[in-house]
Amino acid sequence: MGLGERSFDVAVDPELKIELGKQGIFVTTIQELYNWGRKSSVWPMQFGLACCAIEMIATTMARYDLARFGAEVFRPSPRQADLMIVSGTVTKKMAPQVVRLYNQMAEPRYVIAMGACAISGGPFKQGYNVLKGIDRYIPVDVHIPGCPPRPEALLQAFMTLQKKIDEQSLTGENRPRYLNVDAPGEFPVPEQGEHDLVPASNPNVWTVPVVIR
Amino acid sequence: MSESLLEAWNRPPTIEVDGEGELLEVAMGPHHPSTHGVFRMDVVLDGERVIKLKPVFGYLHRNHEQIGQTVGYLQMMPYTDRLDYFCSLTNNWAYALAVEKLVGQAVPERAEYIRVILAELTRIQNHASTIGFLTQEMGASGTPLMYAFREREKILDLFESLTGSRMMCNYMRFGGCRVDMTEAHLNAARKIVTGLPRFIDEFENLLTSNEILMARSQGMGVLKPDLAVNAGITGPMLRASGVNYDIRKVDHYGIYDRFSFRVPLGEHGDIYDRYMVRVLEMRESLKILEQALKDIPAGPFIDPKAKIRGFKPKPGEAYGRIEAPKGELGFYLISDGGTSPYRFRIRPPSFINLTVLEDMCIGQNVADVVVVFGSVDIVLGEVDR
Repeated sequence: MGLGERSFDVAVDPELKIELGKQGIFVTTIQELYNWGRKSSVWPMQFGLACCAIEMIATTMARYDLARFGAEVFRPSPRQADLMIVSGTVTKKMAPQVVRLYNQMAEPRYVIAMGACAISGGPFKQGYNVLKGIDRYIPVDVHIPGCPPRPEALLQAFMTLQKKIDEQSLTGENRPRYLNVDAPGEFPVPEQGEHDLVPASNPNVWTVPVVIR
Repeated sequence: MSESLLEAWNRPPTIEVDGEGELLEVAMGPHHPSTHGVFRMDVVLDGERVIKLKPVFGYLHRNHEQIGQTVGYLQMMPYTDRLDYFCSLTNNWAYALAVEKLVGQAVPERAEYIRVILAELTRIQNHASTIGFLTQEMGASGTPLMYAFREREKILDLFESLTGSRMMCNYMRFGGCRVDMTEAHLNAARKIVTGLPRFIDEFENLLTSNEILMARSQGMGVLKPDLAVNAGITGPMLRASGVNYDIRKVDHYGIYDRFSFRVPLGEHGDIYDRYMVRVLEMRESLKILEQALKDIPAGPFIDPKAKIRGFKPKPGEAYGRIEAPKGELGFYLISDGGTSPYRFRIRPPSFINLTVLEDMCIGQNVADVVVVFGSVDIVLGEVDR
C-alpha cells in the first residue's frame, strides 16, 4: 500500500461506510483512528531561535489561533513534545543543541523547518557561523520558505503536516521510522571541529544535491 | 575562555554563602522557555539564592558586522531589519542616519515626519509585547501577551500595507523613505492612534495594581543609577533608575525637538519601575504621534537628488544613533572610499543592557532571575549580532 492510499478505503467500501453512518453505525480501522488522534493533538515544542519565532508566537495568538488545529499546547520540554518548529537561524554553536533536543523528543516526532534560514541559511548563508539548513542533521517533514514566513504560511505547513500524519500507514514498507526496528532513532550530534562542525552533515539524512544542467 | 574571564568566573562569591550544603551550578538555556531565544545563563545557586551568574552569548551570532563590510551600503539595509526583529523600522532609521551623516545627505521634511510616525508606532508595539512577555515570565500564561499582540497586529497591518512586510520592513533609504505614506496610510495610522489609549487603559487596569505583578516586581532586580551610568545602560532601563537621558531630547536627531513630550522616569530602578516607564512611554509616544499626524506636510518623501545605488562615500567616519525602543542604537561606519564600509560596527542596546544582569540577580531567588531577565527587554538577534 503506497503513501496516500488509505487503508480504510481498501477495507471498507466508502459508500457502504456512509450508508452505515446514516444508520448510526460508525466503522473505522485502527490506523485511521490512530492517525486521526495523533494529527489532532500535535504538541509543538516551545523553542524559538530567531526572527521566525516571533511569527510563530503571532500564529499562536488570538488572530491566527493555532489552537484551531489542536496545536496550542506549547511544551517547554522536548520529552513532552511531538513537533519541533525550527524557527530561525541555526548557527554552528546552536546546531548541536538542536540535534540533541531532537534526540530527546519521544517518537513519533516531526520537524517543521520554518523560514529561509532554517531551510538553507537564508540571507546569512555566506556567513561563517550559520548552518546551511537544519536538514543536514535531522529529517525535516515540512519546509516553509519566507523571511519570515507569514503566520498563514505556518498554518499551511501545519495542515500539510497533518495530512502527512493522516496518510501514514502503520505496516508495510512505508511505515514510519519509529515502527521500523532497523531505522535509526538517534541522530549523531555534531561537534565543534577545528574549522567547522564535524561531521559537516549526516549522510543518512542529507546528501549533496546533484545539479543537472 | 580567556584567562581573565576564567579568573572572573572563579573569583569568590560577592555575597555571603550559607555554608551548609553544596553549591549547585545550573545552566539555564540555550533552550529555556524564558530566555527569549537562545541565551544561556550559568547560575551558581546556594539553595534557592543566586550566588553567581555568567551570561553565555553567541548562539545567534550571524556575523552582521562582517556582512556589513562586504556588501554595499544599500544592501546592508535589509540585514539591519534582522538585528532587533521587533523594531525593524528603528534599526533602518539608525543605519540611514549614520550613512546620511557620512555623506552629508539632507532629508526632506515629509520623510522626517514619516520616520517619526513609524518609529513611535514601533516603540508602542515593542513596549506592549515586552510587557506581555514580562508578565508571561511571572506566570500570567498568555492573557496580557494576547492583548499586546492583538494591538501589535493592527500596527503590523499598517506596516505591511506601507512597506510590504509585516516584520522585515526594509523601508528607510538614505535621504528619505522608499515609498510615500499616502493619505490612506495616514488615516489608518490615525485610526490606530485613536484606538490605542483605550488599549493602554485596559492593559493598565489589568496589570498596574495587580497583586501578583507587584509582589514579583517591586524591590526586585534593583539597578542603582550610578551603576547604570557606569555600565552604559540606555533606554527604559536607565530611565527606570531615575537618570534623565533620552537621545530624542539629548541629540535632537530628526525633528524630535518640534514635538512636546515628557520623559518618564522611575524612582527605585526595580522591575516595577521598568514596567511603569514602558507604559508611560507608550502614552508619550501617542502624544508625539498625534502631533506628527496633524502636522505632516506635503512634499517629497525622498530627496530627489539623493544617490541611492552604488555610491562611494568619501573617506571618513560617522556615528549615527537613535533612541530605539530598547535603548541607544548606534551604527558606526568608517569609509575608505569604496562601495562598502571599511569598518561596520553596531552598538546594540540589548547587549550592553545585559552586562548588569549579574549585579541585578545576585541574592535573588532563582525564580526571579527569569523575571529580572525579562525586564531587561532583549532581542537575541541584536545581542549576538
